[in-house]
Amino acid sequence: MNKKQKKMLLRIIIASVAMLVLMWIPFGEALWARMLRLGCYLAVYLIIGYDILRKAAKGIYHKQVFDENFLMAIATIGAMSIAIYENGDYTEAIAVMLFYQIGEFFQSYAIGKSRRNIAALMDIRPDTANLLTDNGIEVVEPDDVVTGSIIVVRPGEKIPIDGIVVEGQSTLNTSALTGESLPREVKEGEEVISGCVNLNGVLHIRTTREFEESTVSKILELVENASSRKSRSENFISKFARVYTPIVCYSALALALIPPLVLFVTGNGHGFSTWSDWIYRALIFLVISCPCALVVSIPLSFFAGIGGASKAGVLVKGSNYLESLSNSRYVLLDKTGTLTEGVFEVTGIYHNRDIEKETLLEYAAYAESHSTHPISKSLQQAYGKELDLSKVSDIEEISGNGVLATVEGKRVAIGNEKLMQHIGLSDEIQTQTDAVGTIVHMAIDGRYEGYLVISDRMKATAKSAIADLKKVGIRQTIMLTGDSEKVAHKVAGELGIDRVYAQLLPADKVEKVEQVLAQKHHDKEMVLFVGDGINDAPVLSRADVGIAMGALGSDAAIEAADIVLMDDNPQKIAKAIRIAQKCMRIVYENIVFAIGVKVICLILGALGIANMWIAIFADVGVMVIAVLNAIRALFVKKD
Amino acid sequence: MKKTYQIEVDCANCANKMEEAAKNTAGVANATVNFMALKMKVEFEDGADEKETMDAVLANCKKVESDCEIYYE
Repeated sequence: MNKKQKKMLLRIIIASVAMLVLMWIPFGEALWARMLRLGCYLAVYLIIGYDILRKAAKGIYHKQVFDENFLMAIATIGAMSIAIYENGDYTEAIAVMLFYQIGEFFQSYAIGKSRRNIAALMDIRPDTANLLTDNGIEVVEPDDVVTGSIIVVRPGEKIPIDGIVVEGQSTLNTSALTGESLPREVKEGEEVISGCVNLNGVLHIRTTREFEESTVSKILELVENASSRKSRSENFISKFARVYTPIVCYSALALALIPPLVLFVTGNGHGFSTWSDWIYRALIFLVISCPCALVVSIPLSFFAGIGGASKAGVLVKGSNYLESLSNSRYVLLDKTGTLTEGVFEVTGIYHNRDIEKETLLEYAAYAESHSTHPISKSLQQAYGKELDLSKVSDIEEISGNGVLATVEGKRVAIGNEKLMQHIGLSDEIQTQTDAVGTIVHMAIDGRYEGYLVISDRMKATAKSAIADLKKVGIRQTIMLTGDSEKVAHKVAGELGIDRVYAQLLPADKVEKVEQVLAQKHHDKEMVLFVGDGINDAPVLSRADVGIAMGALGSDAAIEAADIVLMDDNPQKIAKAIRIAQKCMRIVYENIVFAIGVKVICLILGALGIANMWIAIFADVGVMVIAVLNAIRALFVKKD
Repeated sequence: MKKTYQIEVDCANCANKMEEAAKNTAGVANATVNFMALKMKVEFEDGADEKETMDAVLANCKKVESDCEIYYE
């Protein structure tokens, strides 16, 4: 509790006690007793409400008539006046002020607390950096570290700035960024990103970026700015608030004037008591007229939702994307890097009877030993033994087709069908139809010896990720890939994907997204595109919501996407949708609940059934409940 | 030029009012108030003096909500 809150709490306690005591004192009917009673109650009223009255006066000065302080002041002064005239119940006016203050106090406390909760969630900003200088280690602000400096990160500390390890090895905990506590091993020469926690060894890191440009700063900036992209619900609420208060206030005025006038004209009025009755009802309207419950709880729900999502490793760039995400019906997924690892491996070797499998693989690995192409790498990896590069000579690359090389005196040809045609062996090619993947043919000394199948490995979680998407209400999953039809259909079949478009160039993907956008039945249905953020920036921006995954350390992906998944687990897509749906449910609950209760209380007030106490509940109680409900968006189920 | 300032304000509706007031200040191209983060982001018009503009922004905000504060220098 801060100083302001403590002072308010004290005022609330004093006023409540004083009011309870006064209620038990019998004052009598004499004029002086009436004056004394008024004086005592007035004192309590001022203790609890002086700041409201002062603010109301300032509001009038600045022509802010629909200011809530002004409304509260009018309502309570009105209630006081009626009580003075009737020598009646002063407690009601004081209670209105008292409960209003209690509500404000609670709101300020609850919001302060949720603010701290969310801040703690995003407490990944490092405070200091240990700069290595000629005089030893100096502790400095991360902002002051120049690119290219060496910083030291001890066990238990956060890496403050992106860089490359120059000394030491350690395990990093990336959970602050990804929401998954999968430790990552790092050693000399490897890139590390800020925000990870160093678990065991001491690391010396050469920084490659300024602090402001580092991953951690970018993420924080992104999340903090998210609320400036307002959702439709938020815009609706601010528009609603702008008209709601004036409407209720004018209704109050009408209620105070028209019904009593009608009653008097028709001869049913009973002097001042008729007036005071209708004025009292009008005052109830003024108490209910504050839109605070809505105005505070809707943005708070989004803020909490975005905070909770970022804890789960899902960065949402704006409330509007959270809203769209919750309505997603079509999901287009890129294959490579999204559903598959993007890492190639040898999945099949078919060879002639008179050559060993291992021998074929060995020749393949050697022939491709000078290449860094992912396919060559997969061959070297499959071979698994150290390569003696002196065994290879006369390497001749035939671009787009393959490689010719001499390995241990034998002329090896490795590549696609075109290469085999090139060396006149196209008739010898044999491929079984069930081979799925990239096929690499091999010939040794002019004789066709067999082929290797290289394919991309599917992610272990890909299948359940697609199943999860169905569970959260996705109507259709569509896979886009540049791969061949055969590969694409096999992958899609295994994963349970509804539709496949294969052999696409990057530009074709945009076209496919547009096709899907054109065929949706309803404006509210959203089309998602999920990619790995590499080469698909145009597609990411064309879809209603673009999700980039595996973005840890990839700036391009963070820039291009609307939602960023920090790790590369495709199950996070469904999780993000669930978080969004929960958040939107809370938003709608709050809108319906707050407006509903207010409208009901307004009707009851107009009919003379509701009193000030109910009005106070409609104002303050609803707000408190809505705020508490909003906080729920912060909590994301672990699964 | 864009700048972000720490602010102090008690209620969400008041934060919205501050946003409106800041937007309607001369020299301000756009402004957003983030009530949860207690931050005001101001986009200045070209050639606007930061200090002068922010003085005006604060004065306008004080008009709509006397109990607010913006921290700039």
